[in-house]
Amino acid sequence: MFRSNVLVCGGTGCTSSNSEQIIEKLNEEIKAQGLDKEVNVIRTGCFGLCALGPIMVVYPEGAFYSRVTPEDVPEIVSEHLLKGRIVTRLLYQETVVDENTTKSLNETTFYAKQMRIALRNCGVINPELIDEYIAQDGYAALGKVLTEMTPQQVIDTMLASGLRGRGGAGFPTGLKWKFAAANQADQKYACCNADEGDPGAFMDRSVLEGDPHSVLEAMAIAGYAIGASQGYIYIRAEYPIAVKRLQIAINQAREYGLLGKNIFDSGFDFDIDIRLGAGAFVCGEETALMTSIEGKRGEPRVRPPFPALKGLFGKPTVLNNVETYANIPQIILKGADWFKSIGTEKSPGTKVFALGGKITNTGLVEVPMGTTLREVVEDIGGGVPGGHTFKAAQTGGPSGGCIPASLIDTPIDYDNLIAIGSMMGSGGLIVMDETTCMVDIAKFFLEFTVDESCGKCTPCRVGTKRLLEILDKITSGNGTLEDIDKLEELCYYIKENSLCGLGQTAPNPVLSTLKYFRDEYVAHVTEHRCPAGACKALTNFHIEADKCKGCTLCARNCPVGAISGKVKEPHVIDTSKCIKCGVCMEKCKFNAVVKA
Amino acid sequence: MQKRISTLPFHDTPEQAKKLDEVIEGLKGQAGAVMPALHQAQDIYGYLPMEVQKKIADGLGASLEEVYGVSTFYSQFSLTPKGRNHISVCLGTACYVKGSDKVLDRIVEKLHIQPEECTEDGLFSLTACRCIGACGLAPVMMINEDVYGRLAPEDVDGILEKYAE
Repeated sequence: MFRSNVLVCGGTGCTSSNSEQIIEKLNEEIKAQGLDKEVNVIRTGCFGLCALGPIMVVYPEGAFYSRVTPEDVPEIVSEHLLKGRIVTRLLYQETVVDENTTKSLNETTFYAKQMRIALRNCGVINPELIDEYIAQDGYAALGKVLTEMTPQQVIDTMLASGLRGRGGAGFPTGLKWKFAAANQADQKYACCNADEGDPGAFMDRSVLEGDPHSVLEAMAIAGYAIGASQGYIYIRAEYPIAVKRLQIAINQAREYGLLGKNIFDSGFDFDIDIRLGAGAFVCGEETALMTSIEGKRGEPRVRPPFPALKGLFGKPTVLNNVETYANIPQIILKGADWFKSIGTEKSPGTKVFALGGKITNTGLVEVPMGTTLREVVEDIGGGVPGGHTFKAAQTGGPSGGCIPASLIDTPIDYDNLIAIGSMMGSGGLIVMDETTCMVDIAKFFLEFTVDESCGKCTPCRVGTKRLLEILDKITSGNGTLEDIDKLEELCYYIKENSLCGLGQTAPNPVLSTLKYFRDEYVAHVTEHRCPAGACKALTNFHIEADKCKGCTLCARNCPVGAISGKVKEPHVIDTSKCIKCGVCMEKCKFNAVVKA
Repeated sequence: MQKRISTLPFHDTPEQAKKLDEVIEGLKGQAGAVMPALHQAQDIYGYLPMEVQKKIADGLGASLEEVYGVSTFYSQFSLTPKGRNHISVCLGTACYVKGSDKVLDRIVEKLHIQPEECTEDGLFSLTACRCIGACGLAPVMMINEDVYGRLAPEDVDGILEKYAE
């Protein structure tokens, strides 16, 4: 027994800000103080509050230390772990009530409105130890399924729960399983889509890093339900920590007989292998993903036949997303009714969102479906920092759209988001303020889809390229009003005629910004002006002479020497030399540099 | 995405050749072996020279056209050698709205190379990558395995200096 447990976040975010060094230093200091028999240091998965990383939590007190540096460690060890005095100064300040009292994490605004099902073990257990997962009821659902339920009962439970795919489209998981189970074949596959390609979404990575066994367990359950004996996890090669922990988890599960032959003496065989992606966004599409596992160019196939009939290697296949799988063991254990009681009628359960962009609490949050965008952005996310105002939230990545401030009270679920021209996608939620230009954002996403279009079908390959050209023309100030109409027409054409989801949704960023921010497009075209001041070709910097004190700070920082002027006299920017990098504006202490 | 293809002459060491042989031997006969083979070959050589792709094709009984088709399809596979220090600047959405394009501009200016290029002395190569999932630290870049977060363009000079010898 240990007297204290110190949990340190080992997710990608915190690892990037040196949490490994903190763990090393902790172990060193604990040993030096002779506490190594009493204090246990555990590397966990993501806590969610990435903005405050690296994060360290000390139990039993539940003291939540944020932005810890290796230099803080000796003090925490000698004061808190040795003498039992919490170092209040280094705590997450939201948890500090006064000098001697702290409140629990679950009472802070970031966590209070959250409900964790998919992320329930992230930041709680050591993901590299199967015993810790088992202690949290891990593999109990698999045991229940194999010893007490028929495959049909499992499928019925999934259907009754109403769980919908968390990867983006929201297809009912139970239906997928039912179709695949109905098709007879000598070999079937249960696969996991961990090719999390939406820029700005990282919930799947966090689940795999923080609770890999939940996915393995759910895949085995899926295998039992549809009659598959082999599973593949297709994961991005860009996620090295997740790949490593998955491999460790698979090895441990095999060792414990929870994967492999005759699991729980039930006669059911199931094994899982990892397949690495190689950086192709289109491989998140199910048929493209399967083509890629087959070792080929990841191009999508025409559906039907659907994967439930002809999937991987031409065999019936079920493919679910990581977050979808992470919900399943809980549904089996607690029942479909419990799950249905959370969220909204048509979208039961919770959804994990990755908050990013111009928001105070960047990180991962899991909320019941139907929570409003305002609650997520303002209450949990802490709002837009730096005195800026909320302009829009982008959901669904390159397939989604921008939700304007006027719709901030929309309850988030699959159907509501589609109704307002966006989509759930995998759950990336990027907040934008008034300095973000909506035409530029549409262009940003189109650059992405042009790059990632696999080239198989013409509407997507050529159409997205033409869209980008028109957007380029508009953001450089050469667009016409006809261009805006042409843009819109082309969008609908691409949506209707593309082969796969990538092309069918690629115009969404353009359409949704046109719908809610058409005036910005028009300003670019008719006034040659970028209202947000983001499009370089339409922005000029200049110095207001009455505010300039002649401190020379801007001139000294200008990378191209475009600013001239004498000390204590107003300075001038030579617009022919200026590269519009904005350094002068950031540096000026008197707000004398303005965009015009 | 258009791939650049290296025109540098190909040299390998006997150790590299032996390792590649072992990789091919281990994957022979497996369904879907081309991608794992390319992944491991890239770990050995740092990139995928045409000669290596040819060897993989012959070893796995695939056509070179098939292997080349795969290596040029995926952005992770590089057909040009990387510099001793490889910089990837994240241009994912979260980083982009926080100004990672300005960080990239600064590096381009400083090193006089464009993304997907390598400096003449072979010290640095540069790519603009998609989300690396460290959105909480936006904007971020990676140099080799090191991640630098919460960047401002003016941080670039100091960071690059650390790798300059």
